[in-house]
Order: sequence, then C-alpha cells, then structure tokens
Amino acid sequence: MLAVPAPGPLRRVSDLLYGRPAALLALLLVPPLLWLGVIYLGSLLALLANAFFGLDDFTGQVRREFTLANFVELLAPANVDVAVRTVTMAVLVTLACVVLGFPVAYYMARYARGPAKALLYIAVMLPLWSSYLVRLYAWKLLLAKEGAISWLFAELHLGWLLESVLALPVVGANSLSFSRLGTFIVFVYMWLPFMILPIQASIERIPASLLEASGDLGAAAGTTLRRVILPLAMPGIAAGSIFTFSLTLGDYIIPQVIGDSTLFIGQVVYRQQGVAGNLPFAAAFSLVPIAVIAAYLWLAKRLGAFDAL
Amino acid sequence: MTAAVSLDAVSCVFDSPRGPVRAVDRVDLTIEAGEFFTLLGPSGSGKTTCLRMIGGFTLPTSGRISIGGQDVSRLPPYARPVNTVFQDYALFPHMSIRDNVAYGLMVRGVAKAQRRTQAERLLELVRLPGVGERRPMQLSGGQRQRVALARALINEPQVLLLDEPLGALDLKLREQMQVELKALQRKLGITFLFITHDQHEALSMSDRIGVFNLGRLEQVGAPRQVYDAPATRFVAEFVGAANVLDGEAARQLAGPSCAMLRPERIRLGERADARAAGTVTETQYFGAFSRMRVDVGLAQLQVDLTDPGARAPEPGSVVHLHWDSSAVHPLAAQAGTPGAAP
Repeated sequence: MLAVPAPGPLRRVSDLLYGRPAALLALLLVPPLLWLGVIYLGSLLALLANAFFGLDDFTGQVRREFTLANFVELLAPANVDVAVRTVTMAVLVTLACVVLGFPVAYYMARYARGPAKALLYIAVMLPLWSSYLVRLYAWKLLLAKEGAISWLFAELHLGWLLESVLALPVVGANSLSFSRLGTFIVFVYMWLPFMILPIQASIERIPASLLEASGDLGAAAGTTLRRVILPLAMPGIAAGSIFTFSLTLGDYIIPQVIGDSTLFIGQVVYRQQGVAGNLPFAAAFSLVPIAVIAAYLWLAKRLGAFDAL
Repeated sequence: MTAAVSLDAVSCVFDSPRGPVRAVDRVDLTIEAGEFFTLLGPSGSGKTTCLRMIGGFTLPTSGRISIGGQDVSRLPPYARPVNTVFQDYALFPHMSIRDNVAYGLMVRGVAKAQRRTQAERLLELVRLPGVGERRPMQLSGGQRQRVALARALINEPQVLLLDEPLGALDLKLREQMQVELKALQRKLGITFLFITHDQHEALSMSDRIGVFNLGRLEQVGAPRQVYDAPATRFVAEFVGAANVLDGEAARQLAGPSCAMLRPERIRLGERADARAAGTVTETQYFGAFSRMRVDVGLAQLQVDLTDPGARAPEPGSVVHLHWDSSAVHPLAAQAGTPGAAP
C-alpha cells in the first residue's frame, strides 16, 4: 500500500462542501456581492440622492431637501455646451479607437503566432505599465510647439500642413498641445488598448471555418467582413467602446493638461465638488455620463450589437 | 467528357518549426462528373488538405487543379464552382437558418423574395421544412448538418465537397445520413467529393475510393476492388480487418512472399486438409460475428466466425483453419509506405 498522509483541514472543508453546492456558491458569492451591493451600488445611490439636494447659499452646506434645481441648472447653455463637447469628443475618440484598433486586433487574433503574438500583446499593454501622468506629460512635450511632432513635420517639409491644420477653427490652436486636436490624439492614445483587447477576444472566438464558409459561398473579402466578421465582433466592439466612451466622459486630467482650456464634464464635476463645494450639482452632472452610456447601450442593443452573444 | 475535378501532380508543403512538411505529395487524381468519390485515410494523411486545395482554402505549392476543365489552381474560394460542407458545419450563429441557407444567393445579389423561396425549397430537399426562422443554436447536430448541406447546395455547385460531415453524429444518425446523402447525390446528379476516415462509410457510399496515406494516394478504385484487391499493405490493413502475412509465415501459409487474408474468409473445420492449426488466444463478440485470434506458430491470425449458430471456441482450445486459395491476395513485399514511415 502506498502511504497516503491523512487529509488536512482544507481537504475536509472541500469534502464537506462537495455535497453542498448551495453552501459553496454562497461562500464564493457573498464577498463580491457585499462589495458590489454595499460599496459600489451604495455609493452610486448616494450620489444619485445627492443630485436631488440643494446647497444653502449662505452657509454653503448641503440642504437635505428634495429639489430639481440642479437638473434645471444642467440645462443652462454653458452646461449643455460642456456636455455636448464631452460627448462629441467621446464619440470621436471611440470611432478613432475602433478604426485604429480593429486591424491590430484582427491581426493579433487571426495571424500572429508564437513570439510575435506575445510581443504584440506586450506592445499593446506596455503603455498601461507606466504612470498615466508620466505618459500624459510626455505627450505634452511631444505635442509642444518645439516638440518632436512639429520637428518631424518640419523635417519632412510638411510644416505647412501642420500649420493649416492648426489654423482650423475649433480643433486648432497655436500649437498641438493647446489644441483640441491634441486632446483628441492623447485620448485616443490613452484608451486604444481598452478597445483592442476586447475586439481581439471577440475575433478570436470566431471559428476560421465561418470565414471559409463565407468565401466558399461566393463572398469576397469585403462581404465576409461586413456580413460575418463585423457582426460577430460587435460584442467586442461594443465592450471596447463602452470603455473608451466612459473613460473619455469621466476624465478630468487630460483636457486640463492638453487642450484649449475649454471644460469637459469630468473637470466640471471635479471643480464643483472640490473648489466650489457644490456636491449636489457635481452629483447631478456626473449623472450625465451615466445617462449617455445607458442611452448608448440601449441604441447598441437596438442595432443588434449583442445578437451574436 | 471533361472530368469534374482533376489534380495534376499536386503537392502541398507546409512550413513547420521542424522543417517543411509534405502534406500532399504529387497527387494525380481524376474524378468523373456525377461520381460519388471518397477520399479515405487516417487523420494527417493529407486528405483534408487535398479537399481544401480543391475548395481554394489552401493553395497548392505545385501542380495543377482543374474543375470542369478550367484551371482553378490559384483562384480564391469564391471564384470556384464548388461548395463545401464543413466538418463543424460552420453555420453563421448570428443569422437565422433561412439566412444561412440563402447566404450564397445573398452575396450574389439575388432578390429577397427569390432567396426566400429557394431557401425553403432547399430546406425541404434536406427534409427540414419550417425551421427557417430559427437560429443554428436551436437545432440539433443532425439538423445543423442538414442545414449545412442545404446551404452548400443552394449555389448549384458542380462539385460538392464534404469534409467528414458525419463525424460528429452518433452512430444511428450517421447511418441514416449515409443513406440520405447517397440518395440525394443520385437525385441531384452532382459530383460529391467525400472525406472520411471511416472505412465502412467509404465502402458503403462511394462509387470510387481514393486511399490516402502520408500525403500520397495509395490506391484508387471501386469499393470492392479496394477491399478485395488492395494495392498495398497499408490499404489492406486500413480498409477492413486483414491478416497480412510476410516472410516465412507467408511462404508456408499462403505461397507468395507477402499476402493478405481477410478474417471472414477463414473457416473452422476438420483436422484433415486444414491449412493451419493453432490455439485460440482471444475471442471478441460483435453480435453479427465473433472475432478470434489464433496463434498458428508463425503468425497470429484473426478469424471471423460469421455463422449465427456457432459459438466461438474458448481461448486455449485448438482449432483447424481452412480457406480457399482464391481468398489469398498477394501483396508487393515492400509495399505500403513510400518514403518509409517514421
């Protein structure tokens, strides 16, 4: 006989739980449910409740009485302006991330093998290993008037091109680092990995035989992309766009460092709860991204983005 | 008459970390129009690569492939007059059954109403009417198989390629589909190129069989020819059960220096005139017959007892074996594995 050591306490717990799947499930789910339910949803509800409170004009204290004043104030032209600017930026950043990220994700999922694949993963994730602020200020230098990008344009004798882009209204400014185009570039840079990875995962799940079947039945590459790959990658694109969309809607540091100093939602929320001490209005404003994301998801579902799930 | 498919010295070499691999090695093959042709072989023998080259999913490294007399060697799949039933069916999960079946018409720009009637007609042909609204996930494996068949037939291909289409089905369903596929092929008159590693399937369905081994075609012939007169040792052993005798055993028991003797051709009998005698070492019961292993000294012979009344002798008993000299099929002595199997 082989000498087997007596089962330890962990083994006995495991034996005990084997016959009691409900107990096991409870044991596994209670901690995350507590976290999600109390800390996460709880603070979200507290936020929601705050949005319906007001501020005492004299004392600056929060008055715990129901009021819709914050929401009325949201409709003030200046605030609508901020919301529209932020949502437009989020939409454009998301679109750019899809356009730039899809081919990379497709290559990673379908063609890259072995070391090349590992290298691509690292290349996509590498920026996430270093501090967000370091990368942001690096971009500040890159985009500056005397920075690497204008130098490159000048060296290529394309300085005039950069000048004419910067001369455009709204997106342009006297240098890239003070332009809204610069804000856009940095947003796209920061969030691109969050778009590539989910798309890559969804494309990896498409069996190669589906693409072969499409070709076999007479579809050229473009038709296969439109009819088979895109619909099946849509859940990944939707997931990625939720990341890029909500990250853009909530960020308050990038537009502060790079851009033309116009306000984005995140900055307004930050100032209202900090300097101004108007927590209720900050809460009301932070409901805007939540509403926008909800509307976006509803629309995506209506358009069939999740049919392939 | 032009051949439906013809392969002319077709090779396919893949690069692998351990050097190039010849998946298909200088294969010549002609498949006649209207034929039910089966490529039979073990996994990794090159039969699937061969089908993929005909379908256009893999391009040949060298050689020429023509379909209906037209050279298609470098054409993409969508430009070839063939369609494929994939091993995993490859139904589009995000489309209804009807849209799946009508896909080939949709990409060619056929009007919606016409696509719909055609798809319904094809679904009826594969005896699956009324499922058009459903999704592939809602169908059983056998039903998905039929949908895949309908989808591949909607473009009226000159040749239908079937890549182990019955592999995932359970035995009963597989046997039923074998009968149906064969009937469908007769009804439509389309050339079927069928891939399988199941020799029963190959023997029972095909007009002709091509046996693949190590990237080469070992033999092409009618099922009876392949079974009764295998060209090589590999074919003898892969198609059906076989006693392959060589060396001293072959000379004493069979005559030629290498020969094949099917187990069902051996009978038990009297001591007198017996061709061999030996001890039963093992008996397996299969229902329709019993298979014994008999140690005759120079060789181990498989012997099938097909007589329903007879009981197989117990292991250890001594038996006397008889067979007709016509049952012995001579094989080339060094045949079977060109280039030497690793």
